[in-house]
Amino acid sequence: MADIFSATVIVATLSSGIRLAVPLLLASLGEAFGQRSGVLNLGVDGIMLLGAFGGYFTTLKTQSPWLGLAVGLGVGLVLGLLSSVISVSLLAEQGISGIGVYLFGLGMSDLLFQKLVGTPLPAASFQKSPIPLLSEIPVLGDLFFNHSIPIYLAFLAIPVSTVIINRTRFGMNIRAVGENPEAADSQGISVTRVRYAAVTIGGILAGAAGAVLAIGLGIFQQNLTNAQGFIAIALVYFGAWRPLGVMAGSLVYGMVSAVVLLLKTRGIIPLGASDLAAMIPAVITVLALVVAARRFRAPTALTKPFIRGG
Amino acid sequence: MTQLLEMRGIVKRFPGVLANDRVNFDLRAGEVHTLLGENGAGKSTLMKILYGLYQPDEGELLIEGAPSRITSPTDAINHGIGMVHQHFMLVPSLTVTENVAMGTVSKRGRMNLRHVSDRIEELSESHGLAVDPDAYIWQLSVGERQRVEIIKALYRDVKLLVLDEPTAVLTPGEVDHLFKILRQTAEDGRGLVFISHKLHEVLALSDRITVLRHGRVMGEVEAKDANREMLASMMVGRPVRLAPDKPPMETGRARLTIRDLNVMGDRGLPALQDLSLTVREGEILGIAGVSGNGQRELAETIAGLRKPESGTIEVDDADITGRQPSAVRAAGLAYVPEERQRDGAIGAFSVSENMILVNHRHPPMSRRGFLRNGEIRQRSQQLVDEFSVATPGLDVPASNLSGGNLQKLILARELSGSPSVLLASQPTRGVDIGAA
Repeated sequence: MADIFSATVIVATLSSGIRLAVPLLLASLGEAFGQRSGVLNLGVDGIMLLGAFGGYFTTLKTQSPWLGLAVGLGVGLVLGLLSSVISVSLLAEQGISGIGVYLFGLGMSDLLFQKLVGTPLPAASFQKSPIPLLSEIPVLGDLFFNHSIPIYLAFLAIPVSTVIINRTRFGMNIRAVGENPEAADSQGISVTRVRYAAVTIGGILAGAAGAVLAIGLGIFQQNLTNAQGFIAIALVYFGAWRPLGVMAGSLVYGMVSAVVLLLKTRGIIPLGASDLAAMIPAVITVLALVVAARRFRAPTALTKPFIRGG
Repeated sequence: MTQLLEMRGIVKRFPGVLANDRVNFDLRAGEVHTLLGENGAGKSTLMKILYGLYQPDEGELLIEGAPSRITSPTDAINHGIGMVHQHFMLVPSLTVTENVAMGTVSKRGRMNLRHVSDRIEELSESHGLAVDPDAYIWQLSVGERQRVEIIKALYRDVKLLVLDEPTAVLTPGEVDHLFKILRQTAEDGRGLVFISHKLHEVLALSDRITVLRHGRVMGEVEAKDANREMLASMMVGRPVRLAPDKPPMETGRARLTIRDLNVMGDRGLPALQDLSLTVREGEILGIAGVSGNGQRELAETIAGLRKPESGTIEVDDADITGRQPSAVRAAGLAYVPEERQRDGAIGAFSVSENMILVNHRHPPMSRRGFLRNGEIRQRSQQLVDEFSVATPGLDVPASNLSGGNLQKLILARELSGSPSVLLASQPTRGVDIGAA
């Protein structure tokens, strides 16, 4: 038991925390795009599940995790567009419609899995790609520079998104449409187009999140995400609608998950309590959310469909 | 002078309403042409058609002589049309520069905001529109936000600028300044459409005036030939006396007494400091001032909706300081709130339900917990007649009434309890001349 505090174990745990944070990070980053434009997409978890199945099944059949990831992105794109149609064009109540997308994803991914795969078979996973030189640094090298490429890309998406949201015209349009769609419309910005784009980006990232999760594990099962998509939505609030904040929240979740996993495999948490323990990351993350989120204000037009002249 | 715009025979129908009925309107370069009319006369509808926010059901639109179809604000912008809306179209969390740059065309995705803010500084210097390009909109006063709206239009170099009730939120000083800017903008060769229902402003700013009533053009006059009485009569459709004769009233004993009142505003800053006043029998005491200087807090404190830090309020010698609204009412105070739709009536309730809203807990309106419909109907019919509330019936939802008639309903209800003191916040805002 004392070896839990040895350097190797700590580094391995932190490193797996980073890995576990990635699906959540991608999903909540995508959700942040949608919410900044004024659209709350509650269907993230459903999109993740279908992305996960698409990614897993493709990898299983082709042995190519990269093709699997591409299919996950594609599934996310389609479902992101579907969510846009529902929320933006059909002006659906966003607090309800996303639940439909979620239930669709939950049921459909399981149905496809039962019909097409049946018994869980392990699929290929991403290779680790240590970054030359940097991965040689003691401790830090193993922690940060010894992961698979999708994990590097996910973390790279954070600064990229920050720049897009704050420094580009597209990003400004997203913020304008989320704060005051009437003003944006009167300036000739198409509220519909901007929201479609933002929600679809959210869908793509949710699909990617699911694919990375499933391919990372090399397996699929019913409700694989375990409601991570909903945690992702909470993290957007926790992260105050900012990519960096979203990353911080994901890392909290990932780290707590890794520690719980370690305690479970060491038998410190008894097997009978493992379902209870599975809740801990979510509980801690939500608590962090409650403490941290008070200072920030949501986009003014969040959840409000836009009707011209209305 | 070149003809910038011609709208011919514009018809726009909404369910149950003919908002524009064969309206003709034109605008020349270098002039200010005012659209005058009461609320609901169809002024904003006509301009929203021009700006592509609505599509007309009939009629045609010519811009600089060429027939045009405007199906979106983008179209309008491309035709050189700018609009300053009644409610500011600004994003509070963005800076002035970002708001101005929003939606303007650029080659690549990256924004060159430096260039935009330089241009804003040029424009603010040449037009007397002082504003800091790097300030966030939420930091600006209402007058400054108005200037940003005008800069937005000037930045796009509009030929035709529509201003929908631009003075509604400005102080008299700000209005004078705005008018100077607008005159200059017109003299640069632009055409301005000014929408308003304030007669003195219309006469001060316009070259021509078109009066709308119930969606129809009642007439077009040169401003130099017009006067207030004539315009008011055209707006309302009957002769209007603008200054009612009022014999001086004898004032009697004090009905409302406020001493050394100190009240905090919403942001925890003092809103009222050591305020004292007395209202006597037979007297109307007016509270004047630019909004945001404590008027709302004063009204809320008197009505029992806000707790004062110190001081006393008495109605007929009864101390109501810090009491609940029900106790304040019981002491004899009636209250017509500023936001009548939100605080003064329940839109989904019927006219008669709203009429008895305050009294429904007492006989004869209710007995042993049951509402007595016969009494209620009789009472509300009586009040509707007495205060000439124009309503299709007692059972229609109050939200169907126009602003003026809803206000009459609220006033009827409040006065029906024979109060000692009537407190009315902005009672004529959004109410037509005829109703006021």
